[in-house]
Amino acid sequence: MTTLAVYLMSGPETPDLAEAAVEGGADLVELGFPFSDPLADGPVIRRAAERALERGMRTGACIDCLARVRDRVDVPLVPMTYAALLEAYGYERFVDDIRAAGATSLIVADLPASERRDLRRVQLVAPTSTDERIALAASLTDGWLYLVAVTGTTGVRAEGTPALPELAARARRLTDVPLYAGFGIGTPEQARAAAEVADGVVVGSRAVEVAEDGPTALRELVRSLRLALGTERAE
Amino acid sequence: MSTGLYGPYGGRYVPETLVPALEQLEAGWAEARADSAFQAELEQLGGSYAGRPTPLTRCLRFAPGKRLYLKREDLLHTGAHKLNNALGQALLARRLGKERIVAETGAGQHGVAAATVSARLGLDCVVFMGSEDMRRQRPNVERMRLLGAEVVPVELGTRTLKEATSEAIRYWITNVETTHYLIGSCVGPHPYPEIVRELQAVVGREAREQALAAEGRLPEVAIACVGGGSNAIGLFSAFLEDDGVRLLGVEAAGAASLVEGRPAVLHGARSSVLADEDGQIIDAHSLAPGLDYPGVGPEHAFLRDSSRAEYVTATDEEALGAFRRLAEVEGILPALEPAHALARALDCEEELVLVCLSGRGDKDLDAVVGR
Repeated sequence: MTTLAVYLMSGPETPDLAEAAVEGGADLVELGFPFSDPLADGPVIRRAAERALERGMRTGACIDCLARVRDRVDVPLVPMTYAALLEAYGYERFVDDIRAAGATSLIVADLPASERRDLRRVQLVAPTSTDERIALAASLTDGWLYLVAVTGTTGVRAEGTPALPELAARARRLTDVPLYAGFGIGTPEQARAAAEVADGVVVGSRAVEVAEDGPTALRELVRSLRLALGTERAE
Repeated sequence: MSTGLYGPYGGRYVPETLVPALEQLEAGWAEARADSAFQAELEQLGGSYAGRPTPLTRCLRFAPGKRLYLKREDLLHTGAHKLNNALGQALLARRLGKERIVAETGAGQHGVAAATVSARLGLDCVVFMGSEDMRRQRPNVERMRLLGAEVVPVELGTRTLKEATSEAIRYWITNVETTHYLIGSCVGPHPYPEIVRELQAVVGREAREQALAAEGRLPEVAIACVGGGSNAIGLFSAFLEDDGVRLLGVEAAGAASLVEGRPAVLHGARSSVLADEDGQIIDAHSLAPGLDYPGVGPEHAFLRDSSRAEYVTATDEEALGAFRRLAEVEGILPALEPAHALARALDCEEELVLVCLSGRGDKDLDAVVGR
């Protein structure tokens, strides 16, 4: 059964939202720690990051938020952020503190596999990645490999993720780790298409957008995605 | 382990999508540097198209009691040193089979240079520019459009160079297979700081030779303004081994990434950045759009730490004073950016002084006259 991961930006409402997402059928929650200059993000997550920073969601507040989410749900929690935050906080201290707050792993959007190899994290590969780089990322990754399904920034696109099948096929040849696809996946149809080639699907921008309407709306979105992927929970 | 380091600075802090393009660029650059045909074409265009070598002008009245020389990059085609880098990178882009150039611009000088070389080499050109900078530097927006470039306004954040750079990089992430990112300063992920430095090194090479010819000795101090730091690194690179030459970089007081910054990651590299204790980037403020940037090239951070170069600041008012003075007593309108370097040239201790006049001031008339 396909794993469904949902991305939420850190904020005061996030524990309620995370609980709603899990009730709707999310198997994993990615928790955005906002950065002022997020190069990998499209307009939706960028605006959410700006708002979160305006509301004081600095690193310490995000770690507190993570701990509060941990109190409410029992699925894996994975902070997703940018290297600037770890540089300022200290790489080891950051990892220690998010682990203590209940994080399962970590995603750093602007740390490719070849940088900071000692920092254990979920690695990302993209349609532009060479086989050599996919193999490197897979060998270093923490649990699963994040397939960036589009050549671009985060956000839903009308055209879906045409480059994903080829990327997933290449990754399958090179590694046995589970492959979760994200970036550009927002509708149940897009999620179902991605699930044909990947073991998991990550929905980010669309979830952040719907989360603005509250937990009920988010629960419904996640439920519709869950139904599209099959109703049984992933192992 | 990281790639492209200057001490603890530099590296490649970018989304994975860009890494293969950066590796291709690194390999392409290494081949081009070793290719005499590439070097010959760059030199030929530099001479016949851009106007190299640019002169070294001795100031007569600007700084009484000093022998002050200006390296006249303001006389280069398009009016600033930016063309040196743009020409080299555009030739490299063509060599890599890219059809399109994307660039960011603050003052508009790099955008104009990118639009110019794209027109000359038959490449498409897209320039991202903060809407506040478009307002401040309107003539350059018109120039870019006349040169056939698409100028895209950036409405995020402070609507200046930092946001324009982020948007240019996001555009590159989305169009990386067809597009070369022509970064305008010695910033960004490896190998950009190195490429820009090498392409701007011509400024320092010429100035060193010209100063020796004029004075029979090297200047006591070489001064340049520092935003991202490309004219400064170009000038400094020729004097790094000359221990008797003090290297002085001048930042805008409201954008002093080296004087007031801390180690942080911005736009693909670790450097000295205006950032808060959480690593969030702080907005810069300068009357000179080309200096209005919270980051700086990683090599400058390294030169600062190793004490080979010193970095100081000049205020908007000091730069305006130097701007007006150079116009009135030497008949040269400098850009507001190098006017910061001129301000510190007036009060430095040395007698034999070299300043990089990195661009001309026509673009700044509204800002100066409007004050």
